[in-house]
Amino acid sequence: MSDSVKPMNSPEPLGQLPKPVTSMPSLAKVEAGHRAHTPSAVLAKIRTSHPRSSRVPDQIFGVIILLSAISVFAIVVLVVWELVSKSQLSLHQFGLKFFYGHDWDPVNGNFGAMPFIYGTLVSSLLALVLAVPLSVGVAVFITEMCPQSLRAIISFLVELLAAIPSVIYGLWAIFVLAPLLRVYVEPFLAKTLGWTGLFSGTPYGLGMLAAGIILAIMIVPIIASITREVLIAVPQNQREAVLALGATRWEMIRIGVLRNARIGIVGGIILGLGRALGETMAVTMVIGNTPQIAKSLFAPGYTMASVIANEFSEATGDLYLSALVEIGLALFLVTLVVNALARLLVWSITGGTARVRA
Amino acid sequence: MGVGIEVHGLNAWYGKNLALNSIDMSVPANHVTAVIGPSGCGKSTFVRCLNRMHETIPEAYAEGSVKVGEMDVYGSGSDPVEVRRRIGMVFQKPNPFPTMSIYGNVAAGLKLNGFRNRKQMDELVERSLRLAALWDEVKDNLHKKSGASLSGGQQQRLCIARALAVEPEVLLMDEPASALDPISTSKIEELIFQLKQHYTVVIVTHNMQQAARVAELTGFFLMGSLIEYDKTEKIFTTPADKRTEDYVTGRFG
Ligand SMILES: Nc1ncnc2c1ncn2[C@@H]1O[C@H](COP(=O)(O)OP(=O)(O)O)[C@@H](O)[C@H]1O
Ligand SMILES: [Mg+2]
Repeated sequence: MSDSVKPMNSPEPLGQLPKPVTSMPSLAKVEAGHRAHTPSAVLAKIRTSHPRSSRVPDQIFGVIILLSAISVFAIVVLVVWELVSKSQLSLHQFGLKFFYGHDWDPVNGNFGAMPFIYGTLVSSLLALVLAVPLSVGVAVFITEMCPQSLRAIISFLVELLAAIPSVIYGLWAIFVLAPLLRVYVEPFLAKTLGWTGLFSGTPYGLGMLAAGIILAIMIVPIIASITREVLIAVPQNQREAVLALGATRWEMIRIGVLRNARIGIVGGIILGLGRALGETMAVTMVIGNTPQIAKSLFAPGYTMASVIANEFSEATGDLYLSALVEIGLALFLVTLVVNALARLLVWSITGGTARVRA
Repeated sequence: MGVGIEVHGLNAWYGKNLALNSIDMSVPANHVTAVIGPSGCGKSTFVRCLNRMHETIPEAYAEGSVKVGEMDVYGSGSDPVEVRRRIGMVFQKPNPFPTMSIYGNVAAGLKLNGFRNRKQMDELVERSLRLAALWDEVKDNLHKKSGASLSGGQQQRLCIARALAVEPEVLLMDEPASALDPISTSKIEELIFQLKQHYTVVIVTHNMQQAARVAELTGFFLMGSLIEYDKTEKIFTTPADKRTEDYVTGRFG
């Protein structure tokens, strides 16, 4: 750091008062450069600081940090390598058709991933639709409205939800949620919203809807606790600025708090989505495990994570095994694409302000 | 046009701590009135009581009578939201909305009040920015730049424009220049001087030169009490109270 600042302090005739003004842009540049630290810049820095022997602990620290960064990268590469090499058979047999094929027929050696991709995406999307408003509501309640004495208790309960093992959620869903859905919720939905086609057919209780709901419950603590942290970090003076303009409490929360925190909230949603996409146990227990694409949310479905967990140990034949590994590859790709889209969303939200800062 | 402020027997608490002790003060319309005193004496608390911002702090409350023009601020039917709309406030640290453009910052209060007419909004935004002496510096970037991209002094003038856009009757300023450099400070002081044509201004400052430069009237607070309140000149040259004299001559605080 001190090296890069040095040119600014280089000797200048003392009499020149306006100088500080001209040095402002360069300070901004230094800052911008500092923010844009790329790995190679880090490397270059480590190299240039070699001559100073007093920097040895610094160098050791730098190398350790660099190794940890590299190891993350290496793990990702190894995982992809493993997935690709173990799914060679299926990759060659089906090509791209694997990803949009609808059949999953181990007996006749026909494998298509679409029903699983569909099941993973729909159950996760459903979970987000249910969990996001609930989580943001909980976070707003905790930070903005709840009496001080209740605050810690509610925060604790929310975090406790995250500590429950997913198999327990699965059991609870089978014995409590599914009967509730079958007897009350699904008949009601069929009657009122049946015309949409999303809520029709036999109300089994177990199925896509149950999976979405249980996933929602599981990701609420993640999204809610991150959102809470982000809301707490919004400076008090933003709230006061809105209030002083003559805003109601709700307007203050909307403009002074949520608007300022939206990027962080999206970050929390992305983390929750990641959990939903990969969640296996609870979903397997309630989704019905039927590889089909049905419009109705009452119908059973299957997810990528579930099919791997269910069928890997009993997969007979190399092609079957290879197809399951390729499902893993598909899950990896879907997660990648979803994350990229989410990042794009963040970028488009901040686009306005990011351009402004440039 | 500004309106006068009548304060009678105003007490303010933070929980069990009494921060203002029975304040009586009469602020004339279309004047600049300064509130001075050592830090912690209750200056901020006092101005925040005038627009009911004080009670937004948990456990904080106030009682007494504050009349702003015809409006009974602590009357039984009074709505704090309406009070704050009619009494603008500028804070010590500039607090523009970082996610909004310059235009959006100034228009925020108008939108809150259900203002939708785009053309009138444009005019009000320009008028407010001109009043805040910021128009010429930002007119080319109204929609392109965010409020947070301005310099500190510009941000504070943006906050003043934002407060003025909703056409308040009174403008409260809590040490508006204490976080700014000398050039920005003198711009803000000049601006305050202009504003009194349209508004009643109450300005908190711990800078006595500033009070002497901008205010016709000055109140000296000490430990939650209003010790002396008079013409600024009188306060600084021939104060009636020994404690005021000690403070303005720099013997403490
Ligand atoms: N948020 C708060 N909670 C509790 N006490 C406060 C708070 N803000 C101010 N006080 C107390 O009220 C008194 C007056 O504070 P303040 O009005 O901020 O003084 P000034 O603005 O003159 O520096 C001080 O003793 C201070 O400790
Ligand atoms: Mg103060």
